[in-house]
Amino acid sequence: MASVFSASIPQEAPGYSFNHLSSGTREHAFNPYTDNGGSTLGISGADFTIFAGDTRSTSGYNINTRYAPKLFKIGGEGPSNENARIVLSVVGFAADGNALKERLDTVVKMYKYQHGKPMTVAACAQRLSHILYSKRFFPYYVHAILGGLDEDGKGALYSYDPVGSYEREQCRAAGSASSLIMPFLDNQVNFKNQYVPGSGVGHALEQRVPEPLPRKDVEQLVKDAFTSATERQIEVGDGLQMMTITKDGIEEVYSPLKKD
Amino acid sequence: MNHFPHGWGRPRDDVYGAYNHAYLQPDGSKQHTQSPIVTGTSVIAVKFKDGVVIAADNLASYGSLARFTDVKRLRRFNSRVVLGFGGDVSDMQHLDRLLSTLSIREDYSSTASESDNAARELNARNLHTYLAKVMYKRRSEFNPLWNAILVVGLDGESQPFLATVDLLGTTFSAPTLATGFGAHLAQPILRRAVPDEAAVAEMTREKAVGVVRECMKVLFYRDARSIDKYSMAVVEKEKEVELVEDEQLEQQSWAFAEGIKGYGTQTV
Repeated sequence: MASVFSASIPQEAPGYSFNHLSSGTREHAFNPYTDNGGSTLGISGADFTIFAGDTRSTSGYNINTRYAPKLFKIGGEGPSNENARIVLSVVGFAADGNALKERLDTVVKMYKYQHGKPMTVAACAQRLSHILYSKRFFPYYVHAILGGLDEDGKGALYSYDPVGSYEREQCRAAGSASSLIMPFLDNQVNFKNQYVPGSGVGHALEQRVPEPLPRKDVEQLVKDAFTSATERQIEVGDGLQMMTITKDGIEEVYSPLKKD
Repeated sequence: MNHFPHGWGRPRDDVYGAYNHAYLQPDGSKQHTQSPIVTGTSVIAVKFKDGVVIAADNLASYGSLARFTDVKRLRRFNSRVVLGFGGDVSDMQHLDRLLSTLSIREDYSSTASESDNAARELNARNLHTYLAKVMYKRRSEFNPLWNAILVVGLDGESQPFLATVDLLGTTFSAPTLATGFGAHLAQPILRRAVPDEAAVAEMTREKAVGVVRECMKVLFYRDARSIDKYSMAVVEKEKEVELVEDEQLEQQSWAFAEGIKGYGTQTV
């Protein structure tokens, strides 16, 4: 605006209102992403996989709602996804998370209609990677964790980055409190920095060998992780949604977290 | 007249300053909405035992100018759905036309054998899903509809329904919701009245209307882009939608204003 009233220094040749060259890059005011906060985690055991996520949704310092689930059953029947055997957790930009969930759910359902058998977790995991990578240059801004039971009945857990890199793991924390929860899980699930007492000194110390944990222990770890994360991360809290996949199906439990 | 015919009749940069190409692209490319122009402020809503109350004031602002003072920002969709729009008013009017088209299409395509009128109509959840898809698609095309929308009414089980969708396609649901300034000023008051779903079952229509009126007053006191004329709608089970579009804010108290000293021309 100011330039309208302040004429520039007189030049040899007249200046014109149009450019002969393109005027460089222009800034776009619209940002298609936001962060809705929250955290998720998944742990696989010998014959089960547990998922957990807090139910708070935020935008900035505001709490949108105290109950917005981040855990979804995939490929079940009907609107409530009955008899589903796969769980997807998404954290990050919630609108992208929902779009991703709907796409994967449709794919898994179509697979069942076309092949007459449910999709394996490994196949579903690879499909999810492809879906994420298909939007490599306008990504779904989410950290996804997918899991269920593999073909041997063992707990299976796959974690993803927003553009589809994935690997199978024992445990994974994602979202705004992942930096608080993941080191705790490394120590308590994979026994990192734990050594066999009296096994030696210095480099001779023997690493404690990780083994699949019983379900009760894992459930307690999950609860401890989230009550602690709620204390230190303002975007985490309100409620804890847990889903456990076993050979009998998916059990869902909700328990309260601090609402402050 | 000089030997640059391309420049004839055009404003000279050395006289008028450089033309800002953000206003009109010389290459004829389409400009998407990069910011809202004429805007509506907060929309607030709260669930009660048998329904939902929603309110929004009747102002459309042009920046800080109170431009249009009789704009209806609540829209009745059918006998069990009402929508409240915040944000860009022209985008609201575009969505209004879109919803009219949808409504007509639904009326013609529904089968005659379905005798129960309520079961045939789109419910609040259906409409919220539809709007969420429209908004998410537009944001994914980098051409957003610059609105925050509250969808209130009854769902498929005739239970109270309240959810929101914004320009990014973000959706969520809660016993009380407020967009814009209302998220800061009204939401704490509404949450004190209805903290959770259990409290919804205890909430009466009268109390819900009361707390919404109180919030509209707080918003008028503190939101500089608000006005004391507002619309309010109540959707309740087995009742027709009650939409009043010319509510006047009652019992305002400006007595405190006399006590404010230290601004303007007065000597303290």
